[in-house]
Amino acid sequence: MQTDSPSPAGPAEDSIPKTGAQIIVDALLAHGVDTVFGYIGASVLPLFDRLYESPIRFIVPCHEQGGAHMADAYARASGRVGVVVATSGPGACNLVTGLATAMMDSIPLVAITGQVRTDLIGGDAFQEAPTTGITRAVTKHNSIVTDIRDLARTIYEAFHLASTGRPGPVLIDVPADIEFQKHADGPIRLNLPGYKIPKNGHAKQIGQAADAINRSERPVLLAGGGVITANASEELRELASKANLPVAMTLMGLGSFDQRRPESLDMPGMHGTPYANFAIQECDLLIAVGARFDDRVTGKAEAFAPKAKIIHIDIDPSNISKTVPADIPIVGDAKVVLAALAGCVEYRERPAWFARIAEWKRRHTVDYDRSAPTIKPQHVIEELCRRTEGEAVITTGVGQHQMFCAQFYKFRHPRQLITSGGLGTMGFGLPAAIGAQIARPDALVVDIDGDHSFNMTMAELSTAVQNELPIKVCILSNGYMGMVRQ
Amino acid sequence: MKHIISALVENKPGVLAHVAGMFAARGFNIDSLVVGRTEDPNLSRMTIVVIGDDHIVEQVRKQLARIIPVVKVQDFAGRAVVARDLMLVSIAVPPEKRPEIFALVEMFRGHVVDISQKTVMVEVSGPETKIEAFIDVCRPYGIKNVARTGTIAMPRQGTSED
Repeated sequence: MQTDSPSPAGPAEDSIPKTGAQIIVDALLAHGVDTVFGYIGASVLPLFDRLYESPIRFIVPCHEQGGAHMADAYARASGRVGVVVATSGPGACNLVTGLATAMMDSIPLVAITGQVRTDLIGGDAFQEAPTTGITRAVTKHNSIVTDIRDLARTIYEAFHLASTGRPGPVLIDVPADIEFQKHADGPIRLNLPGYKIPKNGHAKQIGQAADAINRSERPVLLAGGGVITANASEELRELASKANLPVAMTLMGLGSFDQRRPESLDMPGMHGTPYANFAIQECDLLIAVGARFDDRVTGKAEAFAPKAKIIHIDIDPSNISKTVPADIPIVGDAKVVLAALAGCVEYRERPAWFARIAEWKRRHTVDYDRSAPTIKPQHVIEELCRRTEGEAVITTGVGQHQMFCAQFYKFRHPRQLITSGGLGTMGFGLPAAIGAQIARPDALVVDIDGDHSFNMTMAELSTAVQNELPIKVCILSNGYMGMVRQ
Repeated sequence: MKHIISALVENKPGVLAHVAGMFAARGFNIDSLVVGRTEDPNLSRMTIVVIGDDHIVEQVRKQLARIIPVVKVQDFAGRAVVARDLMLVSIAVPPEKRPEIFALVEMFRGHVVDISQKTVMVEVSGPETKIEAFIDVCRPYGIKNVARTGTIAMPRQGTSED
């Protein structure tokens, strides 16, 4: 592990032997976990006994998938690591969709799964599944603990991996006998020799990027989910205002820049605004931050931003030049790189460029039939936005309603839109609203959902009732799968 | 173009599955993959031969580096490296033709490692082209069985960047 990465390893644990279950709970507490989402099962009973006695709030969903989405949305709404627990076999299998959802959107999640006893592993025991094998491709990292001496370190590593660099879900599989065994931990040292966290970005490339921005006549700043993950909205606003740049946001980036500001181009792409797409096609410089040029944004990658030089800022080197070749790649933390850039750019008026953008915005706004005798879904969202003053935390399912939401709700703050962008997981909205409401008890949380998306996980309504959560659900029921039909 | 990629990985269960799974999931083709121990008991070395254009191999390198237990990744393309395969090949050879085969083995600096009434087993090592050439010259006799290790490689000292 690099020396400049933060070391979450806490003070030496007391040297009294503790059970594996207690080691897990103490490791959660050491990482400031206040809520765990999880479903009971035989192989995690010892852990649940210890959790029950701890100050950690425990939320039981109706289904492990719901639990995973709740923990995911808890992380999205709060910026902290979400924690989900499931039992072996079916419990672990039911997490898969939730893990893949978090993986695609780079959400910090720690999943702890029970496993059958170590002496039974590999023998097709009751409720046995090869959890690490099944989840390897949908987690940032996973491991099975087969020695109690590795347990505490593995959990500390999981929190470190989940929350740093490009975040993601990390799964730890814990056999039942490990939860019963006793061990006294010494000081905990992470052992991740292959894990490097890029931070500052290359100074020379930042200088080149600043030069390119200063020279550009027609720039566009494109903010992705990475800006929100890095808590870099303030730095984004600072750069946009210091250099005078229009700002477009991907679906995952919505909320990183106040959409009520005139510099906002809103969302580009297949379901985006014409003016964002025109601006990207006409710009001479595209500064993408924490965005990975998904095919829903670029369309045909070769024809995307054909006149532009591309600056690509991302913490994951594998995103650079993956689909769209970058002219100036900067691998680093969006917060640090944006602040560094803001420090070396100059203000330019660019009156002709902003006049063209204003013209596009006037002539090519996203609209719907306002004279229709029936209530249009777009109208519902517009009205919801007006009545909540653009301040509600919105969760969604996947489909037309999700895109209407992105188009007609004008987001003002980061972590305000909680949606499954990468994987496109129908059924995400309701459990996500529950997770978000628990993370932010004072916020107004609304699940804007489609009838089919809602159907997929609607059992979680009982979780909302049991926990007395004041979530709102707004179903745009059109009676068919609208996006598929479209 | 053929690239030899060398990855130093943590010697832990599941790492090979992770690497192989990544290749499958992203549609990259593996020409050969060799795993073995290194001087450090905590680390293994994977030598992976990949065929693809520069863009694809660049992605392979980056995606490998993303895997947490992968410690270091190098692409040997464009560098002076020693690359070796080892092959065991069983050839159909009647006793009267043995001298011919022995002469070929001599030329290729191989070894005869087993012999039976109807066959000769030969061990040959070297660059892949040499292995292929040996197979070609033996083909007229009839090849019964081939087992190959796949390529391992190391940069020549003094010419590499590290």
